[in-house]
Amino acid sequence: MQIPKSFLGFKRENGRAGTRNHVIILPVDDISNACAEAVANNIKGTIALPHSYGRLQFGADLELHFRTMIGTGRNPNVAAVIVIGIEPKWTKRIVDAIAKTGKPVEGFSIEGVGDIDTIAKVSKKAQEFSMWASEKQREECPISDLWISVKCGESDTTSGLASNPTVGNLMDKLEPLGVHLCFGETSELTGAETVCAKRGKTKEAQDKFMKTWSSYNDFILKEATNDLSESQPTAGNIAGGLTTIEEKAFGNFQKIGSRKFIDVLEPAEEPTKGKGLYFMDTSSAAAECVTLQAAGGFNIHLFPTGQGNIIGNPIEPVIKLTANPLTAKTMSEHIDVDVSKILSREMNLDQAGDELIKSTIKVANGRLTCAEALGHKEFVMTKLYRSA
Amino acid sequence: MAKTDIIIHDKKDNVGVIVIEKVSKGQDCGCWIMEDDSSSKVKSEAEIPLGHKIALEDLKEGDTIIKYGHDIGKVIKSIKKGDHVHVHNVKTKKW
Repeated sequence: MQIPKSFLGFKRENGRAGTRNHVIILPVDDISNACAEAVANNIKGTIALPHSYGRLQFGADLELHFRTMIGTGRNPNVAAVIVIGIEPKWTKRIVDAIAKTGKPVEGFSIEGVGDIDTIAKVSKKAQEFSMWASEKQREECPISDLWISVKCGESDTTSGLASNPTVGNLMDKLEPLGVHLCFGETSELTGAETVCAKRGKTKEAQDKFMKTWSSYNDFILKEATNDLSESQPTAGNIAGGLTTIEEKAFGNFQKIGSRKFIDVLEPAEEPTKGKGLYFMDTSSAAAECVTLQAAGGFNIHLFPTGQGNIIGNPIEPVIKLTANPLTAKTMSEHIDVDVSKILSREMNLDQAGDELIKSTIKVANGRLTCAEALGHKEFVMTKLYRSA
Repeated sequence: MAKTDIIIHDKKDNVGVIVIEKVSKGQDCGCWIMEDDSSSKVKSEAEIPLGHKIALEDLKEGDTIIKYGHDIGKVIKSIKKGDHVHVHNVKTKKW
């Protein structure tokens, strides 16, 4: 198949391109959710991104909170941003960092004003942003403007056999065209960690990966009971035939094909070493992982599932594929790409990879994913430890 | 092409994955080995559902399960060729 050289995206002020054109109302903290949701309810064409944290966090945990907030606002799938916080200082820090992209952004704080007047004031600005963004047109963008993140969920053995290798096949075909790629899921590489580390392009990247994985594993050994109590593998994984974390890890790892990663990113960190594959230190919980990858600047997501994970994200479209014929049948409204014919050998990996590329371009051009059509907008902050 | 009931990732693997809705006890199953595109056969000794693993050889306590050509855990209860391989007879070596 001739791989398309371009897609239709929204060109942003900083040179990036978006596959979506959202105007977001971003609460800095949990108590500003009500205001943000009221504004999004008032003004069509905006979405609120409520979440559970943002108060009394400190140290690395607070830095991660800021990185996630700022990265979400900076993502090229976002045309304009309203930030609402209880206090002005943290709100301003987020607004200033998003403003560096050149996109419209404005911050509001509730203290001393109250919800009702804040909602009125913010609604006026949100209306202006929404109508401004609605004028934006899709333009031809080179395929290298795609930043593709990947993560699998409710995996079973069909994931390792077929749907994850399909994503790997896409990576092998698209990486030479200059796209950015990102995989994560630190915990789910356990058992395959030494094999994965060898995929680092440089000694520095390999060492950084092992350091990241070891630090996570030390934490697990410290906090865990005798095992991970049905969390790794999950009950869904086990129902699907996955027996151990090692088996899950080698299946998971098929998603990167034969690629090598150039750097290891902190959670929600934006890559700065140019095109190619990156590993991001993330949880393996689907919504947390995709939220972090979207905050890292990735603008389209590929999500292979076995037993049928249903996750979506408010700003980064999530394309789901499965190789499990039962899931493709019983949960068809969640599955964008069915590659179950690989198992009956009526389709090979090369063909499946091509199908996935076609669907990726369609979604990049604006076709809704199943998760978008069903209204999945899981925006979940990763918390490193308890608040002060 | 013979019907494929079981897919095996790597020649070194001692388990395969059921890729049809289920195999029945006593069924002669066709296996496809992805690594070198070869075929083999194994007789199932249990009913095993889609996505679950079947033993390709006799395995005893302490043996290592190999899949993708790699160590994916240890045998905690002896397994006969054709048996269902899962959490009742295999455990992680981590944690």
